Amino acid sequence: MTQVSMTVNGRAVSGEVEGRTLLVQFLREGLGLTGTHVGCDTSQCGACVVHVDGKAVKACAVFALDLQGAEVRTIEGMANADGSLSVIQQAFQDHHGLQCGFCTPGMVMSAAALLAENPKPSEAEVRKYLEGNLCRCTGYHNIVKAVLAASGQDVAAIAAE
Amino acid sequence: MPKDHGIGASQKRREDLRFLTGRGRYTDDINLPGQLYAAFVRSTVAHGRINAVDTATAAAMPGVVRVFTAADFAAVGGLPCGWQVTDRHGKPMLEPKHPVLAEGKVRHVGDPIALVVAETAEQARDAAEAVILDIAELPPVLDMKAAVAGGPLVHDELGSNLCYDWGFVEENREAVDAAIRSAHHVTTLELVNNRLVPNAMEPRCAVGDYNPATDETTLYTTSQNPHVIRLLMGAFVLGVPEHKLRVVAPDVGGGFGSKIYHYAEEAAVTFAARALRRPVKWTASRSESFITDAQGRDHVTKIELALDREGHFLAVRTETYANMGAYLSTFAPCIPTWLHGTLMAGNYRTPLIYVNVKAVFTNTVPVDAYRGAGRPEATFQLERVIDKAARELGMDPIELRRRNFITEFPYQTPVALVYDTGNYHATMDRLAEIADLAGFEKRRQESAAKGLLRGLGVNCYIEACGIAPSNLVGQLGARAGLYESATVRVNATGGVVVMTGSHSHGQGHETTFAQVIAEMIGIPESQVEIVHGDTANTPMGMGTYGSRSIAVGGSAMVRAASKIIAKAKKIAAHLLEASDSDIELKDGKFTVAGTDKSVDWGSVCLAAYVPHNYPLADLEPGLEETAFYDPANFTFPSGAYACEVEVDPETGKVTVARFAAADDFGNVINPMIVDGQVHGGIAQGIGQALLETCAYDENGQLVTGSYMDYAMPRADDVPFYAVDHSCATPCTHNPLGVKGCGEAGAIGSPPAVVNAVIDALQRAGHTHVTHIDMPLSPARVWAAMQH
Ligand code: FES
Ligand code: FES
Repeated sequence: MTQVSMTVNGRAVSGEVEGRTLLVQFLREGLGLTGTHVGCDTSQCGACVVHVDGKAVKACAVFALDLQGAEVRTIEGMANADGSLSVIQQAFQDHHGLQCGFCTPGMVMSAAALLAENPKPSEAEVRKYLEGNLCRCTGYHNIVKAVLAASGQDVAAIAAE
Repeated sequence: MPKDHGIGASQKRREDLRFLTGRGRYTDDINLPGQLYAAFVRSTVAHGRINAVDTATAAAMPGVVRVFTAADFAAVGGLPCGWQVTDRHGKPMLEPKHPVLAEGKVRHVGDPIALVVAETAEQARDAAEAVILDIAELPPVLDMKAAVAGGPLVHDELGSNLCYDWGFVEENREAVDAAIRSAHHVTTLELVNNRLVPNAMEPRCAVGDYNPATDETTLYTTSQNPHVIRLLMGAFVLGVPEHKLRVVAPDVGGGFGSKIYHYAEEAAVTFAARALRRPVKWTASRSESFITDAQGRDHVTKIELALDREGHFLAVRTETYANMGAYLSTFAPCIPTWLHGTLMAGNYRTPLIYVNVKAVFTNTVPVDAYRGAGRPEATFQLERVIDKAARELGMDPIELRRRNFITEFPYQTPVALVYDTGNYHATMDRLAEIADLAGFEKRRQESAAKGLLRGLGVNCYIEACGIAPSNLVGQLGARAGLYESATVRVNATGGVVVMTGSHSHGQGHETTFAQVIAEMIGIPESQVEIVHGDTANTPMGMGTYGSRSIAVGGSAMVRAASKIIAKAKKIAAHLLEASDSDIELKDGKFTVAGTDKSVDWGSVCLAAYVPHNYPLADLEPGLEETAFYDPANFTFPSGAYACEVEVDPETGKVTVARFAAADDFGNVINPMIVDGQVHGGIAQGIGQALLETCAYDENGQLVTGSYMDYAMPRADDVPFYAVDHSCATPCTHNPLGVKGCGEAGAIGSPPAVVNAVIDALQRAGHTHVTHIDMPLSPARVWAAMQH
């Protein structure tokens, strides 16, 4: 067991981990931040996406120990300071971009990373970027709409094409 | 103007707030004090005799508390099957024991052999790898026809791999044969309905807990129907009485059928928790899900459609081999029979139908209901053979369908069902508009200019939802009733809590059910809370599957709320010194008809709990009612779907360019949620048609056992969909006039996609290509074009 320290959602945290402990395990079991989900064991579903130093990362594909001193943001840290939903979260609700909610944290984190990189993505760019996030419920229709809406684009016109 | 509240309003979902902020509570999020972790030792071979299981090394490893093997479960029952099918000779199906841990033989890769319980999940997994198995491998039987023809026996004691040979309607058999012999034209199609892995994004998880001080056992599990699990596990497997057993299915991350069944892992962790007197948790890895979650479809079918000179359907005859896998999962036997054979009339007047289904044991993961369950298989073969017939007769496929549409309701099909309502011409008309069928030719030319082959596929579907009248399903072999229940509890201050036996795992019941109650009483939706998923605080419920929640669960809730309103009117009548027959409830206010005398909802609720001025001699205090609703019939959603594809002639790659769905769901509570259900179903249907398959190699190893090999539809595999449910013929036999919408997309879409691809190839001159089996991978499509 080794001590690891990092900042998670603006809060300094530390804990004892094994060398093989994944970031997602540290978040879920070590810190009780169960919003980040595990949907696979081959790093292909995206349910576990968080931000590490501002970049979208699959938390099942990095070891906690490799993130000494890192700045981590999870779904629990995405709402506005007053607790209201952020623009992206609100767009997911407004456009029914979630059903069972299991893929949702990863989707929101991926969408946030996309919009940080590319503030006005095309439909095709959204679909391409979200390739690493599986959703079995929504058929992606409303997720793509939500992301386009969060970028300030007129989704009614795009989806009616 | 669209409504902004109550029934018919696209209310945003209240459950989203917790899911969007990471505050959902899924089973794996639950950790109990003193919790241990379980890992299963599983068979790595498809078929073998267990000579020895050596647990000594594993048991001595750090953190290991106990290693359980089949011997520890000797006094425990097998996992029960909930449906008994009787074959066409009147014999009951063959029903093997399904032990919690494999006894004597392993029968599929993933079959659990031992259970290791340790202080941490890592320790449990490490020790599971140290359990030494001595298994003599046996030749597996994988192909269904070979299994029936005398291949190795999956269950030696049964003497056959044929679970049942079912005929429906057996009395029609000779008449169907005669009609086919003498028909003007017979179209024949042989096809495979590919095996699928449901792949709910949340892997299964179970936490067992036991309190020796109270003798109470609790199971937290990823289930679509916690009461059913309580009944099956309590009464049949572990022998724990229901009043001492609580099953909680908290937030559940999708099900699609795969979380209906009672699984070995649920019983095993509960058994272990009782034995060790500490909580025991198991969470499936995705790799485990692939080899343990019940899989779907897997039919091999030959269908024949007989037509007269004008294209009227005369008879349908089918022969289907349906894979059961290695054991009978909870509802497996009923899927290819009562949820498939009864649907073979589709939307059409076919006077004579005969369906033969041979259910077969193989050394593969058990197969059971997956979104649509039997109905997609029925729809696919029927809608594919109709398309083929249209081509053979030189008729327009839409016209051929229209010519045979059922137009008068109620309609008694020759396969037992009575459709109460529908308007198939109207949904087809609506489809033509939303799909812009008139613009297809122009789009086809645009594709051609890019060197792509564009095709159009259209089809209809009907499904039987809202399962089902209990007396009927009892006759058909169900070992359960299929009612639903609800308790409506009104608090003294007027707030309402509805405890429903339906379970929500993505469907948004917390929002829609509240819309219904708010509308009935005339109070804001924020005054209504929906509780589900815990046997401790909901009445006996049958859960959510088969698109039954609003039709059956919603009806139970309406019935309970109607009792509440009737009682509240009596209280109001007392307060207003009027007769209760004169009391009207509107917008949360009770008024004496024709007067301005009124009392509001809150005052009546308060009076019920503070009964100072109250008709105590005639009426009990309190305002809480329970109702059970047993449906009078199935409901019959139907629709027409259109798909346009582009096929790359160089590579065979198929792209879905457009997809449109016109559905008749009867009345709709929340259009936004209904649209979402259809979107999700369409994506699963496109996945089945183009991408997904569950492939076993000749040794019975699952080749498609991870997301690297099993091609799930991703965001860039699908387009935006045009969906519409404005053609609504309300259900005639439930109080809300609702039909259910959860499975439609997955039922209606695979034939649309395949019809479109065949159309594209036919238009390009590949006239010999009349069928390609799903999934229509580039390799298969390319190969079809090479002849
Ligand atoms: S858990 Fe699936 S990608 Fe991380
Ligand atoms: S909302 Fe259920 S997996 Fe995406």
